[in-house]
Amino acid sequence: MYAYDEIDRTLINERVTEFRDQVKRRLSGELSEDEFKMLRLQNGVYLQLHAYMFRIAIPYGTLSSKQLRRLAHVARRYDRGYGHFTTRQNIQFNWIKLAELPDAMADLAEVGIHAMQTSGNNTRNVTSDQWAGVAPGEIEDPRIWSELLRQYTTLHPEFSFLPRKFKFAITASAHDRAAIKVHDVGLRLHKNEHGETGFEVLVGGGLGRTPFLGKSIKPFVHGHDLLSYVEAILRVYNQYGRRDNIYKARIKILVHELGAEKFAAEVEEEWRQMDKSALTLDDAAIEEIRSRFSYPAYETLPPMPEQLKKAAHDPQFEAWRKNSVFPHKVPGYAIVTLSLKPVGGPPGDATADQMDTVADLADKYSFGEIRVGHEQNLALPHVAKRDLPALWRALDGAGLATPNVNLITDIIACPGLDYCSLANARSIPIAQELTRRFANHDTANLIGRLHVNISGCINACGHHHVGHIGILGVEKNGEEFYQITIGGRADEHAELGNLIGPAVPYADVADVVEDIVEAYLALRARPDELFVDTVKRLGVEPFRERVYATR
Amino acid sequence: MPLVKHGKISPDPFVHVADDAELPADSAVLISAARFLADPDALLRRPGKTGVIWPNSRDVDDLVPYLERLGAVALVFPTFRDGRAYSQARLLRERYGYRGELRATGQVLRDQFVFMLRAGFNAFEVKKDSDAAAFANTIKRYSVFYQPTGDGRVTALHRRMQQRHAESASL
Repeated sequence: MYAYDEIDRTLINERVTEFRDQVKRRLSGELSEDEFKMLRLQNGVYLQLHAYMFRIAIPYGTLSSKQLRRLAHVARRYDRGYGHFTTRQNIQFNWIKLAELPDAMADLAEVGIHAMQTSGNNTRNVTSDQWAGVAPGEIEDPRIWSELLRQYTTLHPEFSFLPRKFKFAITASAHDRAAIKVHDVGLRLHKNEHGETGFEVLVGGGLGRTPFLGKSIKPFVHGHDLLSYVEAILRVYNQYGRRDNIYKARIKILVHELGAEKFAAEVEEEWRQMDKSALTLDDAAIEEIRSRFSYPAYETLPPMPEQLKKAAHDPQFEAWRKNSVFPHKVPGYAIVTLSLKPVGGPPGDATADQMDTVADLADKYSFGEIRVGHEQNLALPHVAKRDLPALWRALDGAGLATPNVNLITDIIACPGLDYCSLANARSIPIAQELTRRFANHDTANLIGRLHVNISGCINACGHHHVGHIGILGVEKNGEEFYQITIGGRADEHAELGNLIGPAVPYADVADVVEDIVEAYLALRARPDELFVDTVKRLGVEPFRERVYATR
Repeated sequence: MPLVKHGKISPDPFVHVADDAELPADSAVLISAARFLADPDALLRRPGKTGVIWPNSRDVDDLVPYLERLGAVALVFPTFRDGRAYSQARLLRERYGYRGELRATGQVLRDQFVFMLRAGFNAFEVKKDSDAAAFANTIKRYSVFYQPTGDGRVTALHRRMQQRHAESASL
């Protein structure tokens, strides 16, 4: 956990005071809606279809039990008793009243949570691997660097009015759980030949209307130089990113139009000219941030405790353990993913009661720590294996033990037309229907790893381009239609999915997905050939044939 | 439109002069970059001060040779959402060592004052009277700054390091 000190707390409180004043000026009419809009967006406040939506940052996906309880409090006190975890380690509340927002913000500030820059044309919440610090084989904890970047990008005086939003993601594991290739800047932590920490820098990834995978512009930027190099990127973008067309304003378009090499040269030239002294991070500065992270005092525990052996006779427990429990870097411990994808539920939603339950379980079994992943699930990162059976029983009682992590019903979906004013079509009911169709866990297990991602419009908040099966809602003559892509993925082998054919109406989507899955089961070379690998081997054609033969 | 300088509403010695209007001989003027660059040396020889309104779409490099002789540089925020002039300001101050008046013009609103100060602006053509009147209070909103810029404000990280040294020295 990163512990905020008095300095961090002061800044957050100053932000709340400022926002309170801004809301007051808006309510009195002193600020026009046009002027207020950007100010509220920079505090995570959107105006949606029915009400204001409040998006709160969970930097690099780390939460304490105290913080989660406070989110539950906000859900109860200011909203309708639930919250929605997003694909970028944020949580959203959908029914907040403008006049109450400053109070909600102040309540959160007391536990070191803020909503700064969760929206607007600025640097957004810095995201990272939800298993940071506990994943076996990780090079080092990327959250140290995420926090350095979080501080550097918070209220940056030069880069708070960029051409468009700007997102960072960091990974420090060979398996990329942070989707760095679909971020404006993706940072891959690795070591050079001297054993020094640095980053491969990818720029210009992103989804939306014009999806691109990030391009590597520098193989190794020393950790000491991370901030100055990032400043060079942001300065080039701030000056030369397009501002004439909102759809061409992301850095991916600048990188695409200039070409990655020319863009890299521009950054390099800016970096060369820059006085780097103030931005250079010496070891003491890095150590200062590192020292604010606390790590659990792990016990020496057996890798296969008695409790686990005994529980192995319970098939329900075993189904959950095999699905949702993952190896930890410390023997005797495990990482447990908590599925927020129950059958028939909206993906990523958690009730206030569930949040309180998870907070209590984190205190009891995970050193008070919770993680939030971009797949819209939670995780308890430090669970002793001996506690797994007890934890499972408690989670099951709270509806948080659906054993579908990474399976076809572990769907990523945006809020869609049920909430969002940008959406063309609904996302949540499609997800709910799919979870019902594939509710049988044996079937879902037989299918194996398969990520379905759903977006209700081209803005791609549901990351449909990088779903193994991607579903994009579009509008045709006033009706909801859906384009289906297959073969996308967001990890270290990131790919954009390919369209299988013409869009299908709302009522057909679940049938089409079933057809695709049946085609896969018939076509796969072996039971352990994943869906996405079959698509890579065979291409779109056999799936297209199957889906459109009878349509 | 009130001008805020030295932290308070001040009389503006500069007059904005349009490209097709005649230049007064002695008084301080702000003119467009195009007019200035057409004959910079002659303009800089005027008895009155010459200031340039530099567009946010043009590299400041072209202005650099004249910086020491300019009476003011005015940068432009066509809307407050267009942040290019923040980069121009920092480059002029921090890279090219410009010490003179750096003026924010355009849609200059209260909620950007702190950012502008940090980027190096020291004069503000403020859009609304109420915002200009609130300048002194607004700029006190923040006492913590995460980033180093040329304004010299101590960063959070630096403060932490100082605290550490103080603690270890007192042991």
